[in-house]
This record gives sequence, structure tokens and C-alpha cells, in this order.
Amino acid sequence: MDNQVKMRAQNVDFFYGKTQALKNVSLDIYANKVTAMIGPSGCGKSTFIRLFNRMNELVPHTALRGKIFLDDLEINGPLVDAVDIRRRVGMVFQKPNPFPKSIFDNISYGLKVNGIKDKAFIEQKVEESLKKAAIWGEVKDRLGDSALKLSGGQQQRLCIARCLAVETEVILFDEPCASLDPISTTKIEELILELKKDYSIIIVTHNMQQAARVSDYTGFFLLGEMVEFGKTQDIFTKPQDPKTEAYITGRFG
Amino acid sequence: MKIFHLKEKLYKWLFTILAFASLFFLIGIVLVLIKEGLPIFHKVSFSKFIFGRFWYPTYSPAEFGIFPLIMASIWVTLGAVIVCVPLGIGSALYLNELAGVRQKAILKPIVELLASIPSVVFGFFGMVILTPFLQKVFNLPTGLTALNASIILGIMATPTVCSIAEDALNYVPNAFREASFAVGATRWQTLTRVVIPAAGSGISTAIILGMSRAIGETMTVLMVAGGAAVMPHTFLEPVRPMTAAIAAEMGEAPVGGDHYHALFAIALILFVITFVFNIIAEMISRRFRIKLGLSG
Repeated sequence: MDNQVKMRAQNVDFFYGKTQALKNVSLDIYANKVTAMIGPSGCGKSTFIRLFNRMNELVPHTALRGKIFLDDLEINGPLVDAVDIRRRVGMVFQKPNPFPKSIFDNISYGLKVNGIKDKAFIEQKVEESLKKAAIWGEVKDRLGDSALKLSGGQQQRLCIARCLAVETEVILFDEPCASLDPISTTKIEELILELKKDYSIIIVTHNMQQAARVSDYTGFFLLGEMVEFGKTQDIFTKPQDPKTEAYITGRFG
Repeated sequence: MKIFHLKEKLYKWLFTILAFASLFFLIGIVLVLIKEGLPIFHKVSFSKFIFGRFWYPTYSPAEFGIFPLIMASIWVTLGAVIVCVPLGIGSALYLNELAGVRQKAILKPIVELLASIPSVVFGFFGMVILTPFLQKVFNLPTGLTALNASIILGIMATPTVCSIAEDALNYVPNAFREASFAVGATRWQTLTRVVIPAAGSGISTAIILGMSRAIGETMTVLMVAGGAAVMPHTFLEPVRPMTAAIAAEMGEAPVGGDHYHALFAIALILFVITFVFNIIAEMISRRFRIKLGLSG
């Protein structure tokens, strides 16, 4: 009951054209835990999490081998709609990317494209999502303002609220603090710890302290392979692989 | 050392002068238009000139009402918009959102190549192919009509509209598309609810510049619009837009005469119209860049 598997990658290979970006990666993502992917730039960690919501298929000339499951559903199965998967597995990107629309419309967008028309329900959902993303207090009086007027950190929390609104089950964070200042970063990290009560979270980060602070499990990637995976505490205190140890002690990276 | 400095200065001055040359030309042209155009208003009042319904510049007494010419320009331009907006925007959407990288690399230059065909060739095409076709289909006394001019002008403005609209779509950051897909939007929803609204003012700029291209075009309308300086009632009648009137009549208008001045006044009005179009386009596109968080 403690470690229920929410998502699972099984022997995943991934190719950009002829270049192999991921080599035989298998990994379990546990429900209501934060799983961090660390590793040097270009190691394939971002490519890897983009497989969980099928974002990579928007990139031309790519190929995937292996299987990825969400609960018991194979997400790349023949009858599965990517749109469905992306609603259940939300994503927060490296650079905050609110739409050039009002704050309200940014959140309601996901509901509307999923066919929800009930105005009262949408309003309630927007408020709820903004509250969960810890930004309601800052924006409640100006929901009609353009989202682009918010600061970077606020925009990123808005983007988090945007994926919460569609009742996502898993949230993928792709270096969510890469473009934020330390205070905004702290807020996002606190938020992640809060959110894991209700969601399963995967976070890619190049910041090892961040991985240590927020995650329960950590996977270390190097050159497209997952070198080591385990409890964050174990990875950082007694890594099994000399390469992991070299990376977390800062000898390369 | 000294010669070197002198050379530097010389270059600086040379390029400064060259850069300001366009400004001088613009001012010069406007001044000439005003100087040669204004005298007609001693003969006819401004409102009578604009709203007068009869253009008989060589009769005696002559009538200088350019309303039929203005209306012809407006009709033909609007007709061209009806043709070039779906063509231009549609191909821009295809190029940007659906075509693969290689397809786009081939198709976009081809669309832009359409702009390099001389207008006389378009006019020729209209006269030889479209004219008999329209005449037959609509059973008309002549195929040289506002419709004919609209179609040809629309095709001519298509590369302008397509190219600028495609640039606007290109400016929409990919992050917006990814964000939309990530909350479970389909490709169509992403296109209609995120990409097109984000590129909206850029697309409007494209349409306005396309209109400005159409309203200022001369050779084609001279060849295919039919040339009748009467109020248009349907698209199937010959018309004489402002540009065609100037081009056709300038050669036979005695220099310094009323007709001559009237033609300059038409040119002045045409200039004001295209100038306003371009200003509006520039203002909208500036707002567009600010909206997308690009540099103002």
C-alpha cells in the first residue's frame, strides 16, 4: 500500500532519427511520491519524462521501443488517445509558458478543450486549482489580467494550476525552476511537496540539492542510460555505482 | 592615421545620406502630389470631387467626380480580399502547422516566387484565359469586369498575405503549442484557440498589407478591369479603379490642365489610403509583438 506503482517504463529505447537517446530504461513511478531524474545535460532525462505524456510524438522522426504504463493502461497502445493521456498526465515546462490570455482563461482552457461548458463548474475549478497551486491570493483580484503580466515564479505556479484544473493524476516537471530566482524556486519546491499528497510527481532537475530536497526516489541518467535508481536518501548517501557517486559529489556534470 | 579617420567619416556620411534618401524621395513625392493635385480644388469643391458621380474629364464642361473610381477601387480590393484571404491564410496555416520541414522548404519559396511574376504577366493571363472563361460562364458582353480584376489581384496579393501570415504563425512560440497539447487539447483546438488568436494581429497585418498591395496595383486592373468609369452595380460589370484612371489618362491629359491636376489629386488620395493602411498594419504588428512578449 505504501508503494503503489502509478506509472511504469519497461525496457524503453528512444531514437531521434538514427541517434539513440535512451537505452533500455525501466523504471517504476510510485503513487504520491516525488521521483527525481538527475544527470548531466543531454543525458536523456528530459526526453524520458516527455514519454510519459506522449509529448515526444510531436517531434518528427522519432521512434520509441518498449512499453509505458499508466496504472494498467499501456499509453502507446493502439486504442489509446494521446489527448486522454495528456489530460491524465500533466506537464510543467522548463520555461513558464502561460498562454497570452487572461489568468482565468489560462486555467479554464484545459477544461474547455476537454468539452466542459458549465460556467459555474469552470469558475469553481479555476479557483480550486489556483488555490492548490498557492497563487490564488496573489491573483484573485485580477483574474481578467493577462497572464504575461505576472512574474516568472507566478507564471510557473499558474502553469501548475493549469494542469491541476484538468484533474491530472501525474505531474511531470521538466526543470521547473531553471529560469526562476531562489525565492520563487523555494515556493515551487514547497508546492511540489504539498502536491504529492494528491498526485504522483516526476521532476527532472539538474540541481542535485533540489532533487535531494523534494524527491523520495531518484534516478541517475548518463548518456541515455539509467545508471542507478533508488530511494533518494540512498542515492545521495550510499550510491552503488561509482559513476553516480562521481556525479553527486561533483566530480563531473 | 589622419587619412584613415577621414575615410571613416566619409563612409559614415555616405551611408547616412543613402539612408535618408528614401525619406527625401517620400517627401518629394508627397510635395509634388500636393502641388500638382491641389489646384483642381479651385475648380471643384473637395466634396464634389470625392462624391461626384460623373467622371467626364474631357467633356466640356468637364466633370470631375471620382466617386465611381473610388468605388471601383474599393470593390476590386474587397473582391481581391475575398480571394486572397482564404488562399493566403490557408496556405500559411498549411505551411506552418501541417507541412513537414522539407515540404515547407520547397513550398514557401514557390509561394513567394508568385510575387516575382510581373504584374503585366498577370494582366495578360487575365485577359487571355480568365476573360473568355468569365464571359462564357456568366454569359456577359465582356469578360473584362470587376470580378476578373478581383480574382487576378487576389492571386497577386496571395504571396504577400501568405508570407506575412506565415511569419506571424512562426513567431508564436512553440511553448504555447506544447502547453496546449499538454492539457489534452487536440491539434485543431490548439490551432484555433491558441495559435491563431496569438498570431491574430500578425494575420490582420498580413491582410491589410495584402489589401494595400491590391488597391495600389495598376497594370493588372488597367488590363482586365474593363475601364468603364461608371458606378459599379455588380461584380460582373467593367469598372475603372483609381490607379487605372491615372495610368490610362495621364498620357492624354494636357500638362497643367484641369484633367492633369485632377489625376494628381486622385494619386494624392490613393497615397493617403495606402499610407493609412500601412500605418494601421504597422500599429497592429507592433501590438502583436508586445502581446507575444517579443521586443516592441
